[in-house]
Amino acid sequence: MAFTIRVNGKTHSVDVDDDTPMLWVLRDVLGMTGTKFGCGRALCGACTIHLDGKPVRSCITPVSAAVGKRITTIEAIGATTAGKRIQQAWIELEVPQCGYCQSGQIMSAAALLAANPNPTDRDIDGAMSGNICRCGTYVRIRAGIKRAAHAATSAKKGA
Amino acid sequence: MILDRIRDVVEVDPDINLSRRQFLSASAALGGGLLIGFIAGRSIGAAGAAEKAADEPFAPNAFIRIDPNSQVTLTMPYVEMGQGTYTSIPMLIAEELEVDLKQVRLEHAPPNEKLYANPLLGVQATGNSNAVRGAWQPLRQAGATARTMLVAAAAKRWNVDPASCRAQSGEVTHSPTGKKIKYGDLAADAARMPVPESVVLKRPADFKLIGTPAKRLDIPSKVNGTAAYGIDARPPGVKIATLAQSPVFGGRVKSVDDAAAKAVKGVRQIVRLDDCVAVVADHMGAAKKGLAALKIEWDDGPHAKLNTNDVAAELEKATLNSGPVAQNIGDADKALASAVTKVEAIYEVPFLAHATMEPMNCTVHVRKDGCEIWVGNQAIARCQAAAAKITGLPLEKVVLHNHLIGGGFGRRLESDGVARAVQIAQQVDGPVKVVWTREEDIQHDMYRPYFFDRISAGLDEKGKPVAWNHRFAGSSIIARWLPPGFNNGLDADTTEGAVDLVYALPNLHVEYVRVEPPGIPTAFWRSVGPSHNVFVTESFIDELAAAAKQDPVAYRRALLDQAPRAKAVLELAAEKAGWGQPLPERVGRGVSLQFVFATYMAQVAEVEVSKDGAVRVRRVVCAVDCGTVVNPDTVRAQIQSAIIFGVTAALHGEITLKDGRVEQSNFHDYQMLRINETPTIEVYIVNSTEPPGGMGEAGTSAIVPAVTNAIFAATGKRLRKPPVDTAALKEV
Repeated sequence: MAFTIRVNGKTHSVDVDDDTPMLWVLRDVLGMTGTKFGCGRALCGACTIHLDGKPVRSCITPVSAAVGKRITTIEAIGATTAGKRIQQAWIELEVPQCGYCQSGQIMSAAALLAANPNPTDRDIDGAMSGNICRCGTYVRIRAGIKRAAHAATSAKKGA
Repeated sequence: MILDRIRDVVEVDPDINLSRRQFLSASAALGGGLLIGFIAGRSIGAAGAAEKAADEPFAPNAFIRIDPNSQVTLTMPYVEMGQGTYTSIPMLIAEELEVDLKQVRLEHAPPNEKLYANPLLGVQATGNSNAVRGAWQPLRQAGATARTMLVAAAAKRWNVDPASCRAQSGEVTHSPTGKKIKYGDLAADAARMPVPESVVLKRPADFKLIGTPAKRLDIPSKVNGTAAYGIDARPPGVKIATLAQSPVFGGRVKSVDDAAAKAVKGVRQIVRLDDCVAVVADHMGAAKKGLAALKIEWDDGPHAKLNTNDVAAELEKATLNSGPVAQNIGDADKALASAVTKVEAIYEVPFLAHATMEPMNCTVHVRKDGCEIWVGNQAIARCQAAAAKITGLPLEKVVLHNHLIGGGFGRRLESDGVARAVQIAQQVDGPVKVVWTREEDIQHDMYRPYFFDRISAGLDEKGKPVAWNHRFAGSSIIARWLPPGFNNGLDADTTEGAVDLVYALPNLHVEYVRVEPPGIPTAFWRSVGPSHNVFVTESFIDELAAAAKQDPVAYRRALLDQAPRAKAVLELAAEKAGWGQPLPERVGRGVSLQFVFATYMAQVAEVEVSKDGAVRVRRVVCAVDCGTVVNPDTVRAQIQSAIIFGVTAALHGEITLKDGRVEQSNFHDYQMLRINETPTIEVYIVNSTEPPGGMGEAGTSAIVPAVTNAIFAATGKRLRKPPVDTAALKEV
């Protein structure tokens, strides 16, 4: 059946089974390939997107559950304050290596920062341990989140 | 024009052939943006044909092209899989060509063994940590040759002595008058200059790029979803397929009931091969649903009862008899017989999967008169050959578009995924993207081989090793992958790290017995031969220190008088780690030292073992001498990465077989290290002007013994078979 969904502010109609994971709606139906497939079972976080600003694993989120929600993907996360800061920190610290998992890492990190402007190491562990990076960029992911948080704090103080 | 996002502008061209090459191009735009997309690349020869002679590009070799608009295009013979080659290799060329990194754009090299073979492997492949090593001389020479011809062209035009001209930032300047001319304006003239027979390379003191941190060119596209990996290819009309291969290697499809699968919305076709069934659909969601609805009966074949223990037993048996001698110094047997103390041990390392984050995938369009492939692979000429063989097409009718690679680690040196996709595509009308599920990816990997080692040593009255005897059995990847490299039962990879120890050992004897395990394919895995050998030798030297009741660092250092670079990294790592300073109970430090991939490296791991046996690696200190450093931050990044890869293997990594089937299937039972388990990592780089050593893998082989040696220091328990057995470490 057809579902109407709103992705990054644009409305789309997609004709798929109601249990079709959002991951494949995005990648294969809408051609938005920034969101990545890693495991298909919510074990690695590569497919993380936001529903109403909250991070979810799109590989197990059926399209029916996304109807009526604000869907945000890596392609548009730079339009949010937290997302922009995370992307900037990622570039400055050269976080990505192969880069394949980084869409998911950035979506998880952006959600963390939006909800918690000054995350502790424990907060970072809690929000990010669902995202696997096989290149092992974790040291820089942690540093990147801290830099982005610091940038946010500095911006606030300056204002 | 500067684009700020990936553009996928591939159009299916019915007359596609190599004279009109299409490249995946990755271009550094002004401001550091990276463009990655398919462009219709003009081949070097064809580009000028339709244009006036004055518009000719200057392309003195297969790596450099300078267009009349001064666009410098570098063709990358090595692939980018996160290791930073798409920055370090351009740095080598740009250094000698005298252009800024922001002036260059990159293209993937097409498959061409003649033009783009890796000089250290003899084939077109990126692996064995040798991209910078292989490129170091030839690509600097390529840049210097082009620069010399540009300067000569400018001097001729101005009628001045070339020695009075200099090249800088993409221009030639006549020093006495200050006259300047851009490379692009010289392109046509330079193309007519004779190619110099020899060129002078810059002195290290004059390097502007080499050794200076450079921002990686591929990073911006990797933070906004625009970087294009093989799995992102979407030629018009593409269908998505997923597959089930025989769960037992060597098995066959007996029967398929596909009625329920065909009824799934979006499923278009079921493809049946001898040992595989694929579901072709409009999207992967439908393909997976269709696959789950298939009822497949398998004939498991000859390996239906195979278990890991059977493989281990066969290897163990093979080590009872002598094998080809990989190294012999002095007389180890004689020295052992007269030694004061004898130490012997058995080590094993398990099968390991690569588990690249980008699951195996390949997109193929087979037509009667040609085959087009979209993939990310470390050895594309090999893929082209595999596709040509299956389709019966000549090589030049197989067009391959290479992509960024979402994790290689050796997995994508293989062409099995391409071959499988071509077999499926032969039965599909139009392009099809074959995407493996994670379960399929882990259960049909080609694995780091299992090895079984017997090792013994003799110590003199002072505890010094006077004899070293090592025999091991396992698979040789080289024998299959690069047969000319396997001679007299030996190859350089399988024995690296076992035959060339840094220590002064007067009597050393090493034998390798090749045994190919039945029913499980093997392949290169990050840090290859040393992933096994360094674990064994660096664990065993630690055992000898313990037997001699000596400090592990002091014991090693006493054997390094002939190896000053090894001694320097050992001392540096020990100093920075605070070696010898007190630690809490059940916390220990372990050291490792190696010379592999032409790089010296020492690591100190600090490990905490809880009372229930759980192991946490808290801190790793790494000292490295990799010769000349091209991009220092990439060296740090690669070591951080390689250490996490190795800690993952040390703590979690094991693939096992039961009834011929791989028992692990996804990240819940084939675990990766996660951010909450990540140690702090400190990297110290020794300044050096020696030729560059490899950096992609050394950190992985060094960390595993450092961790197990630290566990020994913390608990007194020696672990001789990874991964860590927490049950054995419980405090009783």
